[in-house]
Amino acid sequence: MEDTFLFVVLTLDAMLRVATPLILCAMAGLFSERSGIVDISLEGKMLVAAFTSATVAALTGSPWLALFAGVSMATMMSLIHGFACITHNGNQVVSGVAINIIASGLTAVLGNAWFHRGGQTPSLPSEARFMPIELPFAEAAGSIPIIGTIYKEMISGHNGLVYVAIAMVLITWWVIYRTRFGLRLRAVGENPQAVDTAGISVAWLRYRAVLICGLLTGIAGTYLAIAQNASFVRDMTAGQGYIALAALIFGKWKPWHALGACLMFGLLDAVAIRMQGVSVQLIGEMPVQLIQTMPYILTVVLLAGFIGKAIAPKAIGIPYVKER
Amino acid sequence: MNDTVKPLPRWIDVGLIPIINVSIALLVSGLVILAVGENPIEATKVMITGAFGYDEGVGYTLYYATNFVFTGLAVAIAFHAGLFNIGGEGQAYIGGLGVGLAMLLLDASMPAVLLVPIAILSAALFGGLYAAVPAYLQAYRGSHIVITTIMFNFIASAIMVYLMVNVLINPGQQSPESREFSDAAQLPFMHEIFGWFGVTIAHSPLNLSIVWALICCVLVWVFIWRTKWGYEIRTVGFNETAASYAGIKPARVIMLSMCISGGLAGFVGLNEILGVQHRLLLNFTAGYGFTGIAVSLMGRNHPFGIVLASVLFGALYQGGAELAFEIPTITREMVVAIQGFVILFSGALAYMITPWMTWLYNRLSRSAVTPVEAEG
Repeated sequence: MEDTFLFVVLTLDAMLRVATPLILCAMAGLFSERSGIVDISLEGKMLVAAFTSATVAALTGSPWLALFAGVSMATMMSLIHGFACITHNGNQVVSGVAINIIASGLTAVLGNAWFHRGGQTPSLPSEARFMPIELPFAEAAGSIPIIGTIYKEMISGHNGLVYVAIAMVLITWWVIYRTRFGLRLRAVGENPQAVDTAGISVAWLRYRAVLICGLLTGIAGTYLAIAQNASFVRDMTAGQGYIALAALIFGKWKPWHALGACLMFGLLDAVAIRMQGVSVQLIGEMPVQLIQTMPYILTVVLLAGFIGKAIAPKAIGIPYVKER
Repeated sequence: MNDTVKPLPRWIDVGLIPIINVSIALLVSGLVILAVGENPIEATKVMITGAFGYDEGVGYTLYYATNFVFTGLAVAIAFHAGLFNIGGEGQAYIGGLGVGLAMLLLDASMPAVLLVPIAILSAALFGGLYAAVPAYLQAYRGSHIVITTIMFNFIASAIMVYLMVNVLINPGQQSPESREFSDAAQLPFMHEIFGWFGVTIAHSPLNLSIVWALICCVLVWVFIWRTKWGYEIRTVGFNETAASYAGIKPARVIMLSMCISGGLAGFVGLNEILGVQHRLLLNFTAGYGFTGIAVSLMGRNHPFGIVLASVLFGALYQGGAELAFEIPTITREMVVAIQGFVILFSGALAYMITPWMTWLYNRLSRSAVTPVEAEG
């Protein structure tokens, strides 16, 4: 009993760690997609940020400079996406694909050219990384049964950026639903003509959305490279940007729902890691691949309308062309 | 004063502007090479020599190009129907699985004359059916095909890992590969075919699939521009509402174009599994499905343009390998970056320079016309 409880708590603890980049990316995608700009380049932006932050941390030894650099580069990529999709009315999916591929190629080339380690950046000492934070009284609370264990093992001892990610959901909800900017952002994703008629610039609104998207993917990438891991590895995002996109759709483009989806996908991943080679009663050995693909399968099933209905912002993917 | 803006003539729109876009992409790639402290002109030379300078290089270039023709055509046919099929990678993977399963089942009992058509059919069938699911969901349930095909890429990869590691692996072997097919279940290499006629060319993975790729180009051209179905596909791609008023059923067109698209992508399996590897293994698609997007955009969704773009990308892949060998600072992933820039500039930013070109064209043609008008 005691063991099972600890197992559950530790799995949930792993879930939070795995879900953090997903949460940040899903919130990033939420801003962009709610404004009407499809963003399948969450993956690429996160990868660029991971590479930049790992490089800067290796060169300067400062995690804060690394965070700044990672966020800046991800935002740069966002601006390219915006330039193509907002200014030039380009195809948003094509632009996203381009950014993902550029990110994958460029980080590998530059990483290899600068560090000569086959695309990997040097391993970082702990001063150059974001380290886990022990919340107050964690040690003392550990002796209290159940609640204390949950507090010590699951809630405390995470990286600062994990708490940032959770806070980001609250902030996203507040910005989207409780501010004038959020109202306009939602409007521009549903009916840009109306926003334009009201005398508000569609392009500027969408640029701001895309910039916020870059900022958040930048934090996500930085977390991957210098908090969760200690260096950049080639293609280290490994599809997490797409899982975040899936979570966003699964969460029907709403912050709390998306958080739920991220946690669920994170849990699946945490369970998949723990289930590797473990034989379950009645079923036998679970194929890990099945658990790992669950996010994708579930998203397809949801999109097919078999569990609820995911309705995208109405103007998503359509460039706004002012009538002359 | 004549103030009307003349539209661009066709040769600028479909000829010059794509060339300028690709040039911008290559220029940016050159800047990246500069940034890692190498000489872009030197790098270009190495790449061109590597891709076309000798027999073996040409063989490799065309072998890569074969894959890109298949995936490029796959993306193009979906584009004509107004659909974006990002699932080429997964469809190619499953198409290869189809080839592999058919060969593992039948290679002992049949001659090559039968096995090759069976392989072609099963590649198309598996690839096509794998694309049919997202197509069905788009056509009848309204799920966005971009998202579903992305998800299906990951699902394909998981299916393959599971099958290779647990089911199809050759017993008593560490790496997840199937047993090798019998000699009958192998497409002849081009150097072997040339050898039959007494011509010696360098060994390369180039095989008979390239002929099938060229046949596919012709078939796709005929299909898109000379058949009723092609007409329907283009009509739906151009204006779905108008198409349904004209009695065309968009849902059926989506199914048709996606199944053909998936089938074409599946032929990558023909080139890789039946042509080169002669066994089923992991990761043989190596991103060719994504390159198809760049190829199709660059070739403006036309088979002829796709062949040209495929050869260019084949050259980039082969030249890139050579480049990584000659200049170790630049790795093979440089080609991936170049591919990304091509997609950005010929795809997403395709119309960036059009206003400038229109302005320039009007400016030039006006100054050429003005003296005549003055006389009149």
